[in-house]
Amino acid sequence: MKDAPSLVHRRACLRLVIALLGVWFSVSFGCGILFREWLDAKAPQIGTAPFGFWMAQQGAVICFVLLLVVYAFVMNRLDAKHGYTEDH
Amino acid sequence: MTQDHLNFIFIGISFAIYIGIAIKSRAGSTKEYYTAGGGVSPLANGMATAADWMSAATFISMAGTVALSGYDASRFLMGWTGGFVLLTILMVPYLRKFNKATVPDFVGDRYYSKLARGVAVGCAIFICMTYIMGQMRGVGVVFSQLFGISITSGVIIGGTIVFFYAGLGGMKGITYTQVAQYCVMAFAYTIPAIFIAMALTGNVLPQLGLISDYTAGGEAVPFLEKLNNINTELGFAAYTSGKLSTINMFCITAALMCGTAGLPHVIVRFFTVKNVSAVRKSACWTLLFIAIIYLTAPAIGAFARVNLIEKLHETPYQEAPYWLQEFEETGQMAWVDKNDDGKIQYYGPEKSVAGSHAVFQGKKPSYPTFEATEEQLIGPHGQRLLANKADTSNPNELWFGNDIMVMANPHMAGLPMWVIALLMAGCIAAALSTAAGLLLVLSTSISHDLMKKIVKPDLSDKEEVSYARVASFLALAVAVYFGINPPSQFIAKTVAFAFGLAASSFFPALLMGIFSKRMNREGAIAGMLCGILFTFGYITYFQFLDGTPDQYLLGITPEGIGFVGMLINFAVAFLVSAFTPAPPQAVQEMVENIHIPSGSGQASHH
Repeated sequence: MKDAPSLVHRRACLRLVIALLGVWFSVSFGCGILFREWLDAKAPQIGTAPFGFWMAQQGAVICFVLLLVVYAFVMNRLDAKHGYTEDH
Repeated sequence: MTQDHLNFIFIGISFAIYIGIAIKSRAGSTKEYYTAGGGVSPLANGMATAADWMSAATFISMAGTVALSGYDASRFLMGWTGGFVLLTILMVPYLRKFNKATVPDFVGDRYYSKLARGVAVGCAIFICMTYIMGQMRGVGVVFSQLFGISITSGVIIGGTIVFFYAGLGGMKGITYTQVAQYCVMAFAYTIPAIFIAMALTGNVLPQLGLISDYTAGGEAVPFLEKLNNINTELGFAAYTSGKLSTINMFCITAALMCGTAGLPHVIVRFFTVKNVSAVRKSACWTLLFIAIIYLTAPAIGAFARVNLIEKLHETPYQEAPYWLQEFEETGQMAWVDKNDDGKIQYYGPEKSVAGSHAVFQGKKPSYPTFEATEEQLIGPHGQRLLANKADTSNPNELWFGNDIMVMANPHMAGLPMWVIALLMAGCIAAALSTAAGLLLVLSTSISHDLMKKIVKPDLSDKEEVSYARVASFLALAVAVYFGINPPSQFIAKTVAFAFGLAASSFFPALLMGIFSKRMNREGAIAGMLCGILFTFGYITYFQFLDGTPDQYLLGITPEGIGFVGMLINFAVAFLVSAFTPAPPQAVQEMVENIHIPSGSGQASHH
């Protein structure tokens, strides 16, 4: 059972990665491509721009940046929690 | 002071800065040559990677592509930024932990096979070579326009400068010059956009301008609605709806994303920072810096389109703004007065029965030779005449290249001369920074992966750097040659190749290598070969042989086929590995080990 701590860490990392990929897929492929027409017609406009169009040209990119910020922050915290930190 | 003087001053100053930095931080050891010694700060590496990633083509043509195709261009915007998300959360932290300086190194060690390493080296060289040719050509074109020299001398001057600081300075020299180049690019791109946003919409931020009202024409109307109306009135598809089918759009975006995540010259950038935690921070900075430019591009594109049409459509040629003639001179715009009314008409494909809006026959304008008489050169209204026959099946009279949207924007908006000079400097910075980064990957692929790991394993540290310098000189010589004699049709088409190959070869091989302990040599090689052969075959058939669009698989264009190639790669790899022996114990432990983030230390190349 000596592998247990590293396994816990790995599972936590994997869960985070899968969650982030879910968001990644839904903001770009979901809002920007697959459901774009429906969102253009039904969802509230962003300023004066149709929702799906705005997601494809601006919103997705903004979400990507936020995703990486969350990733860096949470992963570095996870590492520290499990004793893998290197910043002396 | 004229525009030429200002351009010269701006570019001169920026060059002095780059070369000064390169001399101050030139590399002394292989470690500094390949990975800048591994001690670059996350912020600096973020800027450098952003400059490396954004090529001259992105800088000059992306806004133009958005202007022309509206929603459809979102595939590039999402594809090239979304790829970074994949790259960051699935690849680079693990590869950094693995601690080898190049991508073929990882492939070779993980799959314990020289063949796999060889395939990876081949792909890396092909991808980088494809890219660098276009960059050298771009440098040459800008230089020739600026200083009135031939494109050939422009390419040679550009090549000499790149060799000077990339070949000699190594990764360390490149990294710090790229930081400076990013700053130049960011200012050059955003400042004109801010001026134009204020003029057209009264907003300071171009991104807000895009989603607010158009106020320049008296009564305020929603900006995108105005653009849609203009487009449909002139016979184009509505700006916000686009023409590509959903499945094609999906596949192209996915291929670009996965291709980005497999590009070797971007991956190696992350070996320059201290440890895994710094890699993650650095990737945040990189995407933020890229996003600044990518979020501005759609605004520039939309503004430029409104400006262009408002200024030119139904305007008599003799009253047209001065820049129209300037761009006619350089062959980037052309006007053919089909109905002899002396006015410029700009129409889309829906205004003709044939569904085309070609101005003339042939792809590019060609001009009468020098011996031509005055009447063959200049038309009755003073316009430059073409040698091409007019295409009379439709009423459109105005032709322009994609590139002019960014270059002409400041002219159209009547911005001061220094803004234009800054733009020129930014454009050259974009081309140089990408060319330098690519050159470095090319030279390490040759000196390290090919010479040291495959041909001559007893190479000393010093010899290896010398080999790298010689290799970068040779690679540059080839790139300069193709920059001067471009296989022109070829370059545009090879972009599909570069991304398709990266998506169908590197991306799955790296991903499975990192996340599957069971994936073995046989599976990975079979997968890579099937993925590459399929993608290569599909693109070749439709781009170079006589494939026609109605034969497309599910309507997927060659641009997007890398995604299908990638799926094939995954499927074949898992199938083959299930029936062949598991990888050796040492390799399985290695995979286990790259998931533990600490202890990466300095990136080494041993």
